[in-house]
Amino acid sequence: MTVTLNHYLLLSMVLFSIGVMGVLLRRNIIIVLMSLELIFNAANLSLAAFSYYLQSINGMVFVVFSITVAAAEVAVGLAILVAVFRFRKTVYIDELNQMRG
Amino acid sequence: MFDIIWLIPLFPLTGAVANALAGARIGRKAIGWIGCSAVALAFLVATVLFFRLTGLPPDQRSATVTMFGWIASGGFQIDAVFLADPLSILMALVVSGVGFLIHVYSVGYMHDDRGFGRYFSFLNLFVFFMLVLVLSGDFLVMFFGWEGVGLCSYLLIGFWYEKKSASDAGKKAFIVNRVGDFGFIIGILLLFWSVAGQGVQSLRFDAVFDAARHLPPHTLTLVTALLFAGAIGKSAQFPLHVWLPDAMEGPTPVSALIHAATMVTAGVYMVARNSVLFTLAPVTGEVVAGLGIFTALFAATIGLVQNDIKKVLAYSTVSQLGYMFAAVGVGAFSAGIFHLMTHAFFKGLLFLGAGSVIHAMSGEQDMQRMGGLYRPLKATAITFIIGAVAIAGIPPLSGFWSKDEILYEVFRRGHPVLWAAGLLTAAMTAFYIFRQVFLIFSGPSRADEHTRSHIHESPRVMTVPLIVLAASAAIAGVFGFPFFKGGSPLHHFLSPVFAGGVHHAGAVAEEAAAGHGATAFILMGVSVVAAVTGILLAAFLYAEPFRRRAPSGLHPEVLAKRFTRLHNLLLNKYYVDEIYGKLIVDPLTRAARTCLSFDLSVIDGLVNGTGWLTRLTAWFSHQFDIYIVDGLVNSLATLVRYSSGVWRGLQTGYLQNYALIFVVGVLLMIAGVLVVI
Repeated sequence: MTVTLNHYLLLSMVLFSIGVMGVLLRRNIIIVLMSLELIFNAANLSLAAFSYYLQSINGMVFVVFSITVAAAEVAVGLAILVAVFRFRKTVYIDELNQMRG
Repeated sequence: MFDIIWLIPLFPLTGAVANALAGARIGRKAIGWIGCSAVALAFLVATVLFFRLTGLPPDQRSATVTMFGWIASGGFQIDAVFLADPLSILMALVVSGVGFLIHVYSVGYMHDDRGFGRYFSFLNLFVFFMLVLVLSGDFLVMFFGWEGVGLCSYLLIGFWYEKKSASDAGKKAFIVNRVGDFGFIIGILLLFWSVAGQGVQSLRFDAVFDAARHLPPHTLTLVTALLFAGAIGKSAQFPLHVWLPDAMEGPTPVSALIHAATMVTAGVYMVARNSVLFTLAPVTGEVVAGLGIFTALFAATIGLVQNDIKKVLAYSTVSQLGYMFAAVGVGAFSAGIFHLMTHAFFKGLLFLGAGSVIHAMSGEQDMQRMGGLYRPLKATAITFIIGAVAIAGIPPLSGFWSKDEILYEVFRRGHPVLWAAGLLTAAMTAFYIFRQVFLIFSGPSRADEHTRSHIHESPRVMTVPLIVLAASAAIAGVFGFPFFKGGSPLHHFLSPVFAGGVHHAGAVAEEAAAGHGATAFILMGVSVVAAVTGILLAAFLYAEPFRRRAPSGLHPEVLAKRFTRLHNLLLNKYYVDEIYGKLIVDPLTRAARTCLSFDLSVIDGLVNGTGWLTRLTAWFSHQFDIYIVDGLVNSLATLVRYSSGVWRGLQTGYLQNYALIFVVGVLLMIAGVLVVI
């Protein structure tokens, strides 16, 4: 059987859902960040798939930019994470509720 | 010729400033040298001027020396001007001469005092002001000196200011003098106001006296009466005599210099200086003479019973000043000045002698605790007795001539009543002064053992001035000796000053020529008899060998018992102080208390009421602030707080809550889009 667009989109949806579940359910902020990466990559995958399907270079360009931005964003996110850890001595986000109203 | 006259007051002023500034550093010896030499130099200059003056013909013996302009306002001009004429130079000689001897004496008397430098500074300052007073050629300059000597008197009476009685006495002297000086300055102002009407915009003696001849008599009477009020205060005449006995709280040389020899005679000098005015106002002259003799008699009676060695001399001074006023009052100005001069010698001597006795008795002043001091204090005793004989009026010592001349002039000018009172006073004078001599020097010693063992003659620095003064007191009568050809030399010397008044030019010569006829000799005899009677009475009462032979009943205690009320009256000085206390001091105190209670109730009430009102307003303001202003702010905050409650619940702070809402929202949006499409 051939791999069609739907397969890619299905995979993308699965990855996206796993990512969202990870973000919503895990306590460890590192895992949350990793789950965010999964969401990113699900989106990238669907972009790449559509680019190939529509034979348009635009999607590829989007993907490259998105990965670049994601890398930068992960760097910033990890830096904040390290700073938070140093300050609060914890990586569990249910303990990081200082901002409640 | 008289340009150097300003040196006379300058030397004592320099001495005063030098001792005031450097007195703490230069040691007692240097202080004494500065103080004495300053006065000695003044005396020297005065002597030089005296001889220059006598070198001139009598009618030219008056020169004014203008130093600098003092006050100039429009046409009105007051200069610091000195006057050199027989009267002023004679006074300068007496002041600086007696002043010098008393300064020398003070070196010994004050030797152990802490305030040695301060003392000499004040004493020199006093001599400065006194010389300004007698040498001034202008009423205001005279007033400057007049007030200055008052100040120095205050400073020196209260010299031992740690003693309450001394500082009180100083205040009393100053305040009582204020009463007289008020009259004096009003008199000067009235005089200026009157002569200004004549176009004279000055207070110089010569200008004023010239203009005064054209003034109406009642104005002159008022002016002279006011001037005499100043003299009453300064020269301690009744009723302002109360300060002088209290002034004895000061050091004894001060009593001798200020309160016997010089300052208190300033009133007599002032009346004599204004002889022109006083002869133009005969009514005031009568008052002056009458009050003078009254004071003489009044003070002499008090002096009869006093037991304090200095108080006797103080009342004696008041009494003798009364004599001088009697003389100048009846117009015998040179007789008054003559007595002023001899009195300066013998009363200065008596005070210094008393100081020497007090010194020997370790500060004891009560004559009842003395006695028998003749042998241990020979020099003091002999000089004191010479002074006593002089004041008692026994010829040929000076007091006889001056006192007799006054009595003669009073009698001759038609005041037999005053003469009789003066004669009685003379007898009393002889009595109280010899009572004092006998109590101090004769009989057994009544001192306690401790004091007796310390009795010693004073050092030479104190006895030498006593001897010089005793010699002066003995022979000074020569100057007023009436038997010289052409009358007494002093009279002659002073005549240019006093000739300007009623006495037209010939009168003086006429007077002198009339001289002392048979009446004069009879009066002399009577006054000698009075003086001897006084002395004998004192001897029978107080001197040992006479006392035993005295008739029964002639004994101090018996007499005191027999005349208890009179004795008490005299012992309490006629209750004048008490009367002043009741009439003036008490009402003043009561008025002050009334003012105090007014202050406490009304003024303080107002202030406190205002404070209370402010507090009340502040309380209301506070309540308004708390309940209204704060209430508004708080209720606004509360409103915000409750209204925000729902939305605050959303802000859980849990990241995953937000993410969940986010996801649910996205899903709802997608669902919405799907439904719509």
